[in-house]
This record gives sequence, C-alpha cells and structure tokens, in this order.
Amino acid sequence: MSDEPLLRVEDLRVEFPTEDGVVHALDGVSYELRAGATLGIVGESGSGKTVLSLTTMGLTRGLRARISGSIGLEGRDLLALSERQMQAVRGNDIAMIFQDPMSSLHPLFRIGDQLAEAVRAHRKASRGEARARAVALLEMAALPDPERQALSYPHELSGGMRQRAMIAMALANEPKLLIADEPTTALDVTVQAQILALLSRLQRELGMAMVIITHDLAVVAEVAQEIAVMYAGRIVESAPAGQIFSQPEHPYTWGLLQSIPTLEGSRSERLVPIAGAPPSLIDRPSGCHFHPRCPYAKPDHARIDPPLEAVVGEPGHRVACLLAADERRRIWTGMR
Amino acid sequence: MSAGQPLVSVRDLVKSFPGRRGLLLARSAAAVTAVDGVSFDVMRGETLGLVGETGCGKSTTARLIMRLLEPSAGGVRFDGRDIGALRGAQLKALRREMQMIFQDPYSSLNPRKTVGAIVAEPFAIHGLLRDRAARRRRVQELLETVGMSPEHHNRYPHEFSGGQRQRIGIARALALEPRLLIADEPVSALDVSVQAQVLNLLRDLQSRLGLTLLFISHDLSVIRYMCDRIAVMRTGRIVELADNEQLYRAPRDAYTRQLLASVPGARAGYGRRING
Repeated sequence: MSDEPLLRVEDLRVEFPTEDGVVHALDGVSYELRAGATLGIVGESGSGKTVLSLTTMGLTRGLRARISGSIGLEGRDLLALSERQMQAVRGNDIAMIFQDPMSSLHPLFRIGDQLAEAVRAHRKASRGEARARAVALLEMAALPDPERQALSYPHELSGGMRQRAMIAMALANEPKLLIADEPTTALDVTVQAQILALLSRLQRELGMAMVIITHDLAVVAEVAQEIAVMYAGRIVESAPAGQIFSQPEHPYTWGLLQSIPTLEGSRSERLVPIAGAPPSLIDRPSGCHFHPRCPYAKPDHARIDPPLEAVVGEPGHRVACLLAADERRRIWTGMR
Repeated sequence: MSAGQPLVSVRDLVKSFPGRRGLLLARSAAAVTAVDGVSFDVMRGETLGLVGETGCGKSTTARLIMRLLEPSAGGVRFDGRDIGALRGAQLKALRREMQMIFQDPYSSLNPRKTVGAIVAEPFAIHGLLRDRAARRRRVQELLETVGMSPEHHNRYPHEFSGGQRQRIGIARALALEPRLLIADEPVSALDVSVQAQVLNLLRDLQSRLGLTLLFISHDLSVIRYMCDRIAVMRTGRIVELADNEQLYRAPRDAYTRQLLASVPGARAGYGRRING
C-alpha cells in the first residue's frame, strides 16, 4: 500500500460573488483521507461544510463560484478535470448521499429502475443484469423484501427506507469514497441509529472511505475515526475522534461540547452556551474568525489570523488557535 | 386553588382525523387516530416533557390542550375547568392563560411587522395596555426579560439570527403572563451553539416566573435537561410516564429503552467522555 492518501484537499477556496458581496464559503481548507477511513466534518449552518462536499463532487462549478486550490483523488486533481471527465468520477469513484432522500430520488420512477439506471450509467450491463444488481444493492442496504421494494415509488417508502434506497444507489458502482451530507438529520432517532449502523457496516465491508458531514458531534462520535471541526469556512481543529472529546484544543470545540445536553452527567449542571451567533461569510470577523464569540480572546486576536498547526505531542491533532498550548490545556482541564 | 392540584389535566383524550374517499382526482386517505386515549396531569410549576418520534401524536396533544383542535373524545381541564365547555369570552380568557412557542422562528414571526409590534400583538388582540407609552414600556421590559436589547423593538425579524428570533417568540408568548407555556420543538431549528442559550433562557424564566411548562421534543438529551417528568409517546399513546431520574436510569418500557439506546453517541460513550 502506498502512503498516498485516497483524497488530499489542499488550500481549497470557494467564493461566490453575490449582490450583497462575496461569500467566502471555503477559505483555505486542507485535509487528507486514507482509503477506507472515515472522516467526520462537524459544523453549524454557514460553516462551509456542505460547500466542501459539493465542491469535492464538482457540483459547485456551474454556480459562478471562484474555486482555487486542489482536490487530489488518488493523485489526480479533480479541479483540473473537464466537466465530462468529472461526470465519470461522480457516481463511480465518489458518490454522495444527501439529507433529504425525497428530493434526491425521482418521484415518478420506480426505485429499482432508478437504481438500474445508476448501474448502467457507468458500466455495460443488460437491462436484466442491471435490474438484478439493483435488487442486490437494495438487499445490501438492508431494505426488507428488496424484490418488492424495487417496484415501489419513492413516496411509498418511509423516510428511513428512502434513505436506504439512496445509500443503495450511491453504492451502485462501488465508489472509493462516499460523502454523506447530514444523512440522518431528517430521520427519527431510532431510524437514525439504524442508518448509522448500516453506513458503518457497509463502509467496513466494502472498504470504502467515507466523509460524513453533520452539525451533530454525537453522530460523528458514533462513526468517525477522524473529526474535523469547521467554523466560518475553515477547519479550526482536526484530530482522531477520541482526542476531540478528551483533549479538545479549540475554544469553539469546547463551546460545542459544553453547550450540548447529553444523556449522562448531572442535570443540575448548566449548559454553557456560546455567546452570539455564527458569523456571516460575506463580512467575516477580522483576525481569528471566532474571536468575537471567544471568552478567551485577547486584543491582538482581532488582528492575527491563526494558521492550522500541529499540536505538539499529539500526532494527527491540528488546531488554529492563538492561545498558548499550556494555557489551552489549563483552561480545558479547569472546565472538566 | 391549592398547589397540589394539577394545572392541566388530560383525560382519555382521543383525536381522529377522518379519512377521505378517493373521488376522481382527489386522493383517498385512511382515517388516522393521532391521539389514542391519552391521560396525564401537568402540575403547577413543573416542566412536563412529551417525547416521541414523528407522528406519535405529541404536537396534536399540544394543540388539543390549547384547544386549537377539538377532541374526538375525552377532555382537558385547565385549572379545574373543562376547556371543551368554554365559549366566547370565556374561551378568549383561557387563551390568555396558555401560550405557545413554535419550532420555526422564521415562519412564526410576521416579517412585515417590527419586533415591537410582534411582541405587542397579544395586547392588541386582548385589548390590553391601550396606552401607547405603557405598551411600549412593557414590550421593552419583555425584550429585556428574554435577554434582548430594548432598543430592538423597532427592528424587523430578518435582522435577527435564529436564536434571537426564538427569543422574540418567547417574549410574545410571555406578554400576557400566561400560566402555561407550551414549547413545541423550540430548539430543533437552531444551530447547536445557540440551542443552549434558548434552553437556559426557558429554564431561568420558568423558575423566575413560576411558569408551568409543557415541553415537546424528539430529542431525549434536550428533554432530560429540561423536564421534571417525562411522558414517552408512541402511535398516539403514552407508553411510559416517569420522573426524569427514573426514566433515564431505569426505563420500564421496551420502547423507551429502544429510544434511549438509539441516541447517537450513547454507545460510543460520548456523554461520559465529555463529562469526564
């Protein structure tokens, strides 16, 4: 096995000129993903996490977006590909599932036919073969009675079943990378647990890499080995999942962890909200973008823009914070 | 009325929505029983949680208590009075005593009205505080109560973030000093970093104003943080009603246990890791 990661995103910038000004959706995002690994990208609305996944799929190209940097898939820069070449990559090498399966499935075609079409889009197969593959895919996505479900229309399925059908479709051509953008947000909690378990199982069995994008830290705690936290179009912290929860380094990550109620811990302990609201990507705060909401910000943090740097002594852990390492450690220890 | 008496008491509440026969292009639909024999009390000053998945009947139950819907059977007593028997002025008086805050702070505020006009609307509807200066003072007081600046009264909803809009909705709900506040998924449309602001605000308001709160959510972690007692609903019925401690430590019903086990991160020990 080579050391070359499956996916290497470098200094990715995406800007959208609008009437109100330029939206800086992504501002120098870099990360790597090994074959077969799972990365969780956590962020709030407007953090850029969806633009990141859409850009990886080549889906922001038509939107008058200004894109720079590189997205290397097995050494090939996807940003340099023509739209036609990109079409071959989409669905074949990289597949994506979305939050709302109802708007991603065609309402007037049977599930099985839509799947068969996805199969035939990228490989030669007879109708019969494609249909058989469709049923097999539905079975793989643990849809009960796949033969019968292949004949149903999207509206005849429940939300969870639709999401399973979407997953089956994404897997049609055995992608090397699956991008799941809020795959369980629209689902009930019991169904969410089933879908997350399904994704983990399929990822293991098929050896594909997965990027799971969500606003919910608990969801990534369940499935991801690596977690990247995004804020205002940047990754502000990334680390192996365990370290994000046990030794987080960024004040925004602290804020997220302290502001979410959990099933454990004391009920009388108050949640500590993060002050203010996420910033506009048109008019971003100067310096460290988090400084207006950061309780530990110092005057010069409004001026200096922190780079994403390795945390000393913790392999794989990176943070973009201007506080000194020992000060950060002291604050976090005091919080626990 | 004595403190031991429940403020709201719900007995054998049923709500069915009739089906439709398909005629030409009209689609047929089967009859649905959204609430199927629900009974519970909400005690004065407590927060009662209603938790369950989509379609379990929790929001319909809230609407029945507000008498925004008429029950098919059973009834609701508010402070000892059968709300189904109230008419006209009595019903209007009842509406002052119970207020609701909604899930979506974007669609529940009229975009063409100023914040001040939105918060003052209950006064206009009920013909209270006719003196303009007094009304404005009260609106500004209410905005302060929910942690907003009183100067915000002449701005418009679109100038505010989701969390601030939810505060405006809460200020409006508090305007008439209701005794019962029903919060239907009040934080599920908010960014995670802002949710805690609204949850803490509701907790503070409750203890400060002695409110009784019916808190509806699909999120078991949020319910745990907010509620004294919790009713778990499934397919129109309450499957378990217990104290907070009891429900989370020793759930009795199999469905409750399944819900708790499904909370993401539960198996990963996520909560434990955070709380050390």
